[in-house]
Amino acid sequence: MKTGIVSYGAYIPKYRIKVEEIARVWGDDAESLSKGLKVDEKSVPDIDEDAATIAVESARSAIARCNIDPTRIGAVYTGSESHPYAVKPTSTIVAEAIGATPQLTAADFEFACKAGTAAVQACMGLAASKQIDLGLAIGSDVSQGAPGDALEYTAAAGGVSMLIGTNPDEIIANIEDTYSFTTDTPDFWRREGMPYPEHGGRFTGEPGYFKHVTGAAEGLMSKLNTTPKDYDYAVFHQPNGKFPSRVAKMLGFTTEQILPGLVVPKLGNTYSGSCLMGIAATLDQAKPGDCIFATAFGSGAGADAFSFEVTENIEKSRNKVATIEEMLQNPTYIDYSIYAKHKDKLRRA
Amino acid sequence: MRDVAIIGVKNTNFGEKWDVSFRDIFVEAGAGSLQDAGVAGEDIDGLYVGNMSGGQFVEQEHIGALIADYSGLAKNLNVPSTRVEAACASGGLALRQAIFGVASGYQDIVVAAGVEKMTDVSSAVASAALAAASDREWEGIMGATFPGLYAMIARLHMHKYGTTSEQMAEVAVKNHSNGFLNPISQYRRKITVEDVLSSILVADPLHILDCSPITDGASSLVLAPADIAHEYTDTPVYIKASSQASDTISLHDRKDITTLDSTVAAANRAYEMAKMKPNDIDLVEVHDCFTIAEICAIEDLGFVKKGQGGSFTQEGETSIGGKIPVNTSGGLKSCGHPVGATGIKQAVEVVHQLRGEAGKRQLDNANIGMTHNVGGSGATAVVHILARDR
Amino acid sequence: MSVARFWRKQVQRYNLVGTHCKSCDEYFYPPRNMCPTCRRNGKIESYKFNGDGEVISFTVIRTAAVGFEHQTPYILAIVQLKEGPKLTTQISCGIDEIYLGMKVKPVFRKLGDGGEKGMIYYGTKFIAAE
Repeated sequence: MKTGIVSYGAYIPKYRIKVEEIARVWGDDAESLSKGLKVDEKSVPDIDEDAATIAVESARSAIARCNIDPTRIGAVYTGSESHPYAVKPTSTIVAEAIGATPQLTAADFEFACKAGTAAVQACMGLAASKQIDLGLAIGSDVSQGAPGDALEYTAAAGGVSMLIGTNPDEIIANIEDTYSFTTDTPDFWRREGMPYPEHGGRFTGEPGYFKHVTGAAEGLMSKLNTTPKDYDYAVFHQPNGKFPSRVAKMLGFTTEQILPGLVVPKLGNTYSGSCLMGIAATLDQAKPGDCIFATAFGSGAGADAFSFEVTENIEKSRNKVATIEEMLQNPTYIDYSIYAKHKDKLRRA
Repeated sequence: MRDVAIIGVKNTNFGEKWDVSFRDIFVEAGAGSLQDAGVAGEDIDGLYVGNMSGGQFVEQEHIGALIADYSGLAKNLNVPSTRVEAACASGGLALRQAIFGVASGYQDIVVAAGVEKMTDVSSAVASAALAAASDREWEGIMGATFPGLYAMIARLHMHKYGTTSEQMAEVAVKNHSNGFLNPISQYRRKITVEDVLSSILVADPLHILDCSPITDGASSLVLAPADIAHEYTDTPVYIKASSQASDTISLHDRKDITTLDSTVAAANRAYEMAKMKPNDIDLVEVHDCFTIAEICAIEDLGFVKKGQGGSFTQEGETSIGGKIPVNTSGGLKSCGHPVGATGIKQAVEVVHQLRGEAGKRQLDNANIGMTHNVGGSGATAVVHILARDR
Repeated sequence: MSVARFWRKQVQRYNLVGTHCKSCDEYFYPPRNMCPTCRRNGKIESYKFNGDGEVISFTVIRTAAVGFEHQTPYILAIVQLKEGPKLTTQISCGIDEIYLGMKVKPVFRKLGDGGEKGMIYYGTKFIAAE
């Protein structure tokens, strides 16, 4: 049974901080940092936003886009590395806030930046086996970068919801197949009770990101017997602007293919939302018949590759909710002190 | 129903009373009022005590019994004692309950008192206790504060009627000017409009000097049937009306947030009971927990047309010597606002004025006075009319 | 607020679920189970508001309520929903952007928490409807 995306929705907080503002505080060279990372600014949550509120807003947007009856949703899986509770599901909050309770299953996922695509795969399985009608897979994060750490320049906030189903009359993009590549590679982690993650510096590159993304991407193309030329668009996990551009080149994709989904320069890395945000931005402009290749990466480490074919139903879903491009427009810029307050790095005693 | 008279009064000094306790200040006020009335403990048939939140301010409930005990009225005399609560209108309501006791014939000599000790907790705890007078589940949970609720009243009053921040500041200036003349006042200092407008914003458009303070204090009245009042005093003051009204607990549920319908209803009932009109009243103590509250109060009590309270104040008509002197005591703003005591203190001030004992703030021809005590953002209003003549 | 006390009205807070009196056609949010007009003759049913509303009055809170200290300055407002009921809420926008009569729509936000170890309270706030 073929599955596909029945609807999608995204949420990006309105606040941004520029890389140069963070660099000003830590005395780093803003220009070379921006150029090196290919990131100009990143989104920052409001003081009352977290991974749960962002997940809810993105889910409500997905439901509104295609006017979905939320009681049809049989599974809610929220992927995040910043779930507000260590123990107590984010997904139950989402399910209640979209009116999908109580006849459904729910659980939270965590796999660094690919927890959202892992949730998509879980929904595909349940939908394909007819265990559920629709599955809601979410990647949502208010990602944490320790003050002064390299990650602070990119760790952003945002979330994407994907409704996965099997009804061809509803599917706006068929999921032709998915393929994952997973090893135990400790390139990034956060221990229980610790506020900020640790990472292996350059170790996150070759043995982490590049090995796993190419492993999954090549695996899927070989399984489907496709080449980069068969795709109109490609999206790769975007922790910064540099990695997805480089991995695209390594795999044989062009800049034109990845550009529509490359949202990181004005958004930063939304972790569990990152690859899904690229897919959402691509769907915002894709035409029926277009093929999209996507690979998410999660430290730890693994990659999930997907091949999508856009259907005619996408036209019906257009302009119903804000596009990613619209969400990135007219942000409110804040300085480091307000950013620190929003991120709870600075607390009133 | 019997006519009722006030035969004794006493306020403690109001302020931050670090060296005395909840029970100390109550005993001072209660004993003082009995002394003033020339009444002995054996004569007392009952106590009614207004207290908003002993539980949160001093972790003490069962206030009625505690007060009877420490006033020496429990152990041998076993005098009944009842605590009355309606947030900041607790005092006014205690007076009303005491009036019921005497008017009905159930009791003869009754003490109506109010007490609040607010400085034994941090200002954060005190604010949280006060916030419990709003709707915790639908106002408090959103971050509402009392200054915030009254600020929303002020904002709309300004928008609808052109009331200005300067006019609101004039309320504070006038009340500080009166409070300066009152020996019990918490703030015996004069302020200017500029002082108010340059004080820090608490909740736009209200500045800190638009707000009443946190206060320790107690006030007490002794009531008797009017027929025997002269046995105790040459200057009884008679209760001409006692009224009370309710409105929605949440500000947002009001028909119009710039009008306190509870005040309007209580005032109408009081005027009807006393067979009086606003222009019969010589002075009024209103519930100026915030400056905008006094502006709304003088409008809703009928002293000035709706919307004109600001300019009326600015023109000096509510000052001593004006058309209707408002808050000669200094009001909640300058005299202080020990929440459970405030309603009683208002009556004490009116009695002082009617007896001609108000010292430097004494009005000429003070024959009939009104008190207006509000709970929360207006969910309870209590109005009394007092007169020299029966 | 205790866990059970919050949880009891959680759906109403999350999804702006109030009530409607079928007898007099008045809408209530926060929900009421006794119609103030019809009282015992009222016929109360559950009603979900879509949340389109307008700012009736507002203030910028500088001295916070306990538990809201880290949020200052924050905007508190009374919003009237298009069906008629009014509610107290925070408006998430710049303190210079708010005005009387502003059209607003609901968003899902954190309302507060029971301290570092306590549960997190979620519910509805409002933003400009554009």
